[in-house]
Amino acid sequence: MKIYLTDMEGKEHELMATEEWTVMEIIREGGIPILAQCGGSCACATCHVYVDPSWQGKLPEPNEEEVGMLDGAFDVTHDSRLACQLIFTKDLDGLKVKLAAGSV
Amino acid sequence: MTDSAALSPIQTDAVIIGAGPCGLFAVFELGLNDIKCHLVDILDKPGGQCAELYPEKPIYDIPAVPVCTGTELTERLMEQIKPFHPTFHLGQQAESLAKLPEGGWRLTTDAGTVIDAKLVIIAAGGGSFTPKRPPIKGIEDYEGKSVFYAVRKMEQFRGKNIVVAGGGDSALDWALNLQPIAKRVTLIHRRDEFRAAPDSVGKMRALVAEGKMDLKIANFSGLNGADGQVQSITLVDDAKNATDYPCDTILAFYGLTMKLGPVANFGLNLTENMIPVNTENFETSEPTIFAIGDINTYPGKMKLILSGFHEAALMAKKAFTYIHPDRRYRFQYTTSSSDLQGKLGVEKDSSKDAA
Repeated sequence: MKIYLTDMEGKEHELMATEEWTVMEIIREGGIPILAQCGGSCACATCHVYVDPSWQGKLPEPNEEEVGMLDGAFDVTHDSRLACQLIFTKDLDGLKVKLAAGSV
Repeated sequence: MTDSAALSPIQTDAVIIGAGPCGLFAVFELGLNDIKCHLVDILDKPGGQCAELYPEKPIYDIPAVPVCTGTELTERLMEQIKPFHPTFHLGQQAESLAKLPEGGWRLTTDAGTVIDAKLVIIAAGGGSFTPKRPPIKGIEDYEGKSVFYAVRKMEQFRGKNIVVAGGGDSALDWALNLQPIAKRVTLIHRRDEFRAAPDSVGKMRALVAEGKMDLKIANFSGLNGADGQVQSITLVDDAKNATDYPCDTILAFYGLTMKLGPVANFGLNLTENMIPVNTENFETSEPTIFAIGDINTYPGKMKLILSGFHEAALMAKKAFTYIHPDRRYRFQYTTSSSDLQGKLGVEKDSSKDAA
């Protein structure tokens, strides 16, 4: 299973994805720099990613804590998520996300 | 416990950079080895990430503590190190480190505190907490002139046309505090919901309703101006429409981020912004400078609080040989050593004997 990550230069990377891992961990394990300063505890907003619009509606909705924490991110849109709060499942095979400024 | 600029250098055995859990526990381990400490931290409170990032979040992997919050862990460590009377220099950044000709180190903070210490313990975690800077090209040219991430003197904002960005307590508090003296205050936030205290949000909404403050729901996406003077801020709304909104001052409050900061210039070897150490005593490439906790790296390193505690204990054993070269290191348990219990102030607990 895989996810596709677009980095800040616009380059797409195919990353091996593991079930139950967060998208933040998959990005980090794939060797792509991502700040994720709080280590995945939804406390810093430095793993901000944009989910590709083709995946709109296919992900579990963010909880209140994640939405609140996104206030500490920049250029937040309807596609914005915190990668540490997205848990990868087989339904998300092929997920496309793009790193946001402020997360690298 | 806190001081301002010192006239003559403070003399101490060890200066610890960073008052997070590892820095605090280092006070304990050093204290058991008769080593006095001063601590420097950029935050205005001890606890490091535990205090700043997850004060209310649970931690489950502290040995023998099934669960505690970041605040509770900090409070317990503060209680544990009380017998050693450490001195805290809070709200100050360790700015420069110089080798003293007679041995030891001189650490200077950005507040002008000067500390001469025989040992330096770097327990700086992920680095210094500094305000998040919006990822906007060229914004650094405006910082400190017309773009700010903190308010030091309110008076400098009198009569200004201010945009305050953010939805938390800092943003709301400053929007409310500056409103009476500013020419105009506009609050911008990405959504029409605020995490700030409900009371502040209520006051802000009342001012907006009275026409005394403006509220725009948009992202801060750019700025325009010249020579460090902002003329307008670019706002992008939900429908991705961009508008340039006139203002002469921008205050942005997006929380804090960690940056290695001046420690990078201390002359130590660095590997991906971490300090390599040996795992026998956690000394760096420079003798008498140690690095413990998240800031260090070595084969197999795990960034856990408990790793930092272990590192503090081994560091203190080596530190003893520097501070007390005339004494023989004696390995003791706090459970059985009346010597250690004396240092902890629990030596003569006659109430227990009586019971």
